[in-house]
Amino acid sequence: MNGGRTSKGRENAVLYAILCYHDEAEVGAWPKAKDDAVIAKRRLVTDKLAANGKLGPVARLMPTTAATTVRSGREPVVIDGPFAETKEQLLGFYVVDCAALEEAIETARQMGREESGMFEVRPIRYFAPGSGAT
Amino acid sequence: MSDVAWIDAALTAARPQALGALLRYFRDLDTAEEAFQEACLRALKNWPVNGPPRDPAAWLILVGRNVALDEKRRLNRHEPLPAEELVSDLGDAEASLIERLDSTHYRDDLLRLLFICCHPELPATQQIALALRLVSGLSVKEIGRAFLVSESAMEQRITRAKRRVAEAEIPFETPGAPERAERLAAVAAMIYLLFNEGYSASGGTVHVRVPLCEEAIRLARLLLRLFPSEPEIMGLAALLLLQHARAPARLDADGAIVLLEDQDRGRWNRAMIAEGLALVDKAVRHRRPGPYLVQAAIAAVHAHAPRFEDTDWAEIDLLYATLERLQPSPVVTLNRAVAASKVRGPAAALAMIEPLAAPLSGYFHFFGVKGALLMQLGRGEEARVAFDRAIALANTTAEAAHIRLHLDRLMKDSQPA
Repeated sequence: MNGGRTSKGRENAVLYAILCYHDEAEVGAWPKAKDDAVIAKRRLVTDKLAANGKLGPVARLMPTTAATTVRSGREPVVIDGPFAETKEQLLGFYVVDCAALEEAIETARQMGREESGMFEVRPIRYFAPGSGAT
Repeated sequence: MSDVAWIDAALTAARPQALGALLRYFRDLDTAEEAFQEACLRALKNWPVNGPPRDPAAWLILVGRNVALDEKRRLNRHEPLPAEELVSDLGDAEASLIERLDSTHYRDDLLRLLFICCHPELPATQQIALALRLVSGLSVKEIGRAFLVSESAMEQRITRAKRRVAEAEIPFETPGAPERAERLAAVAAMIYLLFNEGYSASGGTVHVRVPLCEEAIRLARLLLRLFPSEPEIMGLAALLLLQHARAPARLDADGAIVLLEDQDRGRWNRAMIAEGLALVDKAVRHRRPGPYLVQAAIAAVHAHAPRFEDTDWAEIDLLYATLERLQPSPVVTLNRAVAASKVRGPAAALAMIEPLAAPLSGYFHFFGVKGALLMQLGRGEEARVAFDRAIALANTTAEAAHIRLHLDRLMKDSQPA
């Protein structure tokens, strides 16, 4: 994936972030077998994308209890925890290369089959693939 | 995931908040539990049809409250309330109902529910059993299995504990800051007990009971979500994660204990370690070290060492010295002696533990450590006496078997080559 809109000559291809939201208390209550099954199920979808060179970075985030929030301003404030108390938390994301919104929505739909969380499909405005971190 | 599977997970996750709120409404544990049970039954019927509610906990609170009020009204021959189908859609109606549920109570509801399990007159095992039943929602059978007692024995234990709690009068007033801090400390201690019950089983043949450890971690994360800037709660969660990360390497295929020095570190759970280290990092910024955080920092030093030989024992020795200051106890000194033996040698360590002989005269680990130090000093006969004592005091067969390994080694060493 080269991150550009013109990858492989498909003028309309756009990068989308598929952001995974779920109640982390609920996800944290899953037994390991269930967690593994969800990951395996999503891998079926992402492996296919990867084989076509359409899968970008994938990340699973630690629980929001591990988060620190930095509020910038004249005197930046450091706060423990996520920036907002919400019912669902951002737990991870995928970057995918899709020809159109429909394709991105279909990808999210396939990934979320038989799950109870939510996916936000958000077009990416600027993407730098980065260099070192793995 | 099938319907039942996700509903089950959603009910488990919503349970503490929903039961805590129902307890506040009804001020009676039995009524609150019954209301919650009934709400769960209705969820199992309703959610697969109408889809999951946006906020399962709010749904359960509302339906549970209506059911219980309805029951009261029925007894008083009043008009029934609307059925839960009317409050289950994802529309604005539900959103405004959630508003009315008053989310500001959430934290104190949950803390109260956890806190009533920590009644000081309840023995530790009853506190834990009650928390597993009320907060975690484990069945009596599951709890009985975890404690290796029959279902009926556990049922009795939990019933007794509940009666005790009810007699003691549940504190319903909104706590002030000092009460809140006090409750938080009691709850943290209970979660730590729960973890230890799983980590080092207090009896029987099973040495590590993973579900209890995982439940303790879940509760610690829950507590941390309620109190996100309490360094001691970060420390507690980190401690449990870092200790539990080693579980896959702590026992061999035959169930025998594998010492830290012999563990295959490749089997440690890296995701748990990473989360534990992240929490330690966050907590340290507060510069208010407490006992949980210091213990987590000790576990973090072990986690950082790629091999046992790489362990920074001087750092561990220092951390134990801090812990001795914060929370003086012979057990802490015993642990410090183990670190000291690596830094200053077995003779210095043996001198440190001499004064502990009286307070720890019934403590398995004291004689295990003493035997090991004597062995290092080549005092085989005294080591054997200490190991024999340790075996007599062992709580589990794995502990006894481990000491027997030392004894076997002694026997082998003492034989002419």
